[in-house]
Amino acid sequence: MVLGNYKNCVCARAADPAILSASQDGGIVTQLFAFALEEGIIDGAVVAGQGDEPYKPEPVVATTVAELMEARGTRYTICPNVSMIKEATRSYGLDKVGIVGTPCQIQAVRKAQLYPMGMRSVGSKVALAIGIFCMENFSYQGLEAMVEDLCNVKMESASKMDIGKGKFSVYTARGAVSQIPLKLTNKFEQPGCKVCLDYVANLADVSTGSVGSPDGWSTVFVRTKAGETLWGKAIEAGYFETQSIEDVKPGLGLVTKLATDKITKNQKNLDERASFGVGKGLRNPYI
Amino acid sequence: MGLLSDLMEKIFPKNKPVDPKAAPGPVTVPEPAAVPKPAAVPEPGTVPESRPEAKPAVKPGDVKVEKKPEIIETEEKPVAEKITIGHVHMSGCTGCLVSLADNYEGLFTLLDNYADLNYCLTLADVRDIPKMDVALVEGSVCINDPHSVADIKKTRENATIVVALGSCAAYGNITRFSRGGQWNQPQHESYLPIGDLIDVDVYLPACPPSPESIKNVAVMAYLLLRGTDEQKELAAAYLKPLMDLAKRGTEACGCDLMFDVINQGLCMGCGTCVATCPVRAITMVYGKPNIDSDLCIKCGACYAQCPRSFFNFDVMNQFEAIGEAIDAAMGKGDE
Repeated sequence: MVLGNYKNCVCARAADPAILSASQDGGIVTQLFAFALEEGIIDGAVVAGQGDEPYKPEPVVATTVAELMEARGTRYTICPNVSMIKEATRSYGLDKVGIVGTPCQIQAVRKAQLYPMGMRSVGSKVALAIGIFCMENFSYQGLEAMVEDLCNVKMESASKMDIGKGKFSVYTARGAVSQIPLKLTNKFEQPGCKVCLDYVANLADVSTGSVGSPDGWSTVFVRTKAGETLWGKAIEAGYFETQSIEDVKPGLGLVTKLATDKITKNQKNLDERASFGVGKGLRNPYI
Repeated sequence: MGLLSDLMEKIFPKNKPVDPKAAPGPVTVPEPAAVPKPAAVPEPGTVPESRPEAKPAVKPGDVKVEKKPEIIETEEKPVAEKITIGHVHMSGCTGCLVSLADNYEGLFTLLDNYADLNYCLTLADVRDIPKMDVALVEGSVCINDPHSVADIKKTRENATIVVALGSCAAYGNITRFSRGGQWNQPQHESYLPIGDLIDVDVYLPACPPSPESIKNVAVMAYLLLRGTDEQKELAAAYLKPLMDLAKRGTEACGCDLMFDVINQGLCMGCGTCVATCPVRAITMVYGKPNIDSDLCIKCGACYAQCPRSFFNFDVMNQFEAIGEAIDAAMGKGDE
């Protein structure tokens, strides 16, 4: 159950080398949105676009493949994508909206569909919700501290950031690599992440992340009927290369382990919150 | 006897020639064997009495007034026992009722299959608040107006479930800002959320609550009152957070995001509140909501919609099945 309900799980990467050139891992999100756009399954997608400062994303509604390409790659900081979901159906006039988000953001989307109090004409227009695996997130200032103070790299010099194999890595265009162990980054984790009980975006249509797959590939969970239909069409149209998840190296075992670790740790946090003070506790959002 | 029927009698006096085309109606209608339950509406006689008058255009010259209730019974679809829903209008802008109506054909499906709208000043010809299963109360109570106070008390007496429909009923919303002085009742200046005067069972905040959310709550209320054990369980689980909101209090503000989400270490910066706010009072600053309190109308939508105000996994994990079930109940494709 730590991996949520899913219809199938594969290891995949985008077939388009142009997408892979600047994607975080297998380019799944960009390629799947691009396919859905071309097929008319979505009219546009809320993605993490470029903001004012380096590696500070801001949510944008991408309605072309070029705009999707602009938004490739992971920025390890907060991008409030859900804030644009209603706007996408209003100012942008989209009838079929795609959205990519962390597990908590996908939870927000599902709540907006089941309890749509302030979300008129939004829920039924969400045509594709892609979730990304997420262990924790950092405030922008936290990310700056990690990159500039701990890794000694200017934000504007960084060409890619990555978390994997127990390390936070920053790459520069000139080829330098700085790495720090995740132990050092833990304290910059934003507080809201400490109560999160979802690692692999259990409520998404399709969720994806690098964990479990070899470098340059991504693990993909296809979860809902909408996701299954779309994924089937994309595979048929040759938009993805796939391998069986059983055949690749770290495999589902690692995904399960990390998901279990996260959920166990955060469930413990939740339990501790209940008796945080003296005879007084902190609020539990799940009851 | 509704207002409309009295009017009709004045407009179409009894000596008006009977339209021959309309004549077969009351006579030929057979007692339907298909109607599953004898007492379609066991509640007050006002219900069947008033409904035929609501569509007088069919045969305005019909003399046999007593026969009309029978006709209505035969016209009704042989569906499982409907629930009765009333819309009680306190001090509000009717936007919540418009939102209910904005389900378009979904509203007809709702009224055909699941609920009788047995009280609604705008849409149904009933003057006194009858017994009902679910009262959707829109607007806050003007305590300077004895009628409003009496009406909200009667609503509590007569309704099994009282739903605060929209933020005025739940939290006061814009009526919190009233200072009186409006024509033609300048002395009306004090407005209270209904929860300050009566016990409220379910909150459905937002200004206005979306048509979809009202539809969902109506369907869930039907399942809770008429469903199988399994359906009752689902409906209870679905409605629980909205019942908890009703217990939480009658004050709301964008500040709730600060007090009960950010200050409690729960905000993860998803931006839901920004999209929800009907007056665009919220922006994201440092990855967290920032509330412009000059703009905030105290509707409480941001907090209610926030995934960290409540998130019930038992319901949310079934989002796909529940969504499909509601679509199916509503005849699919009604959006």
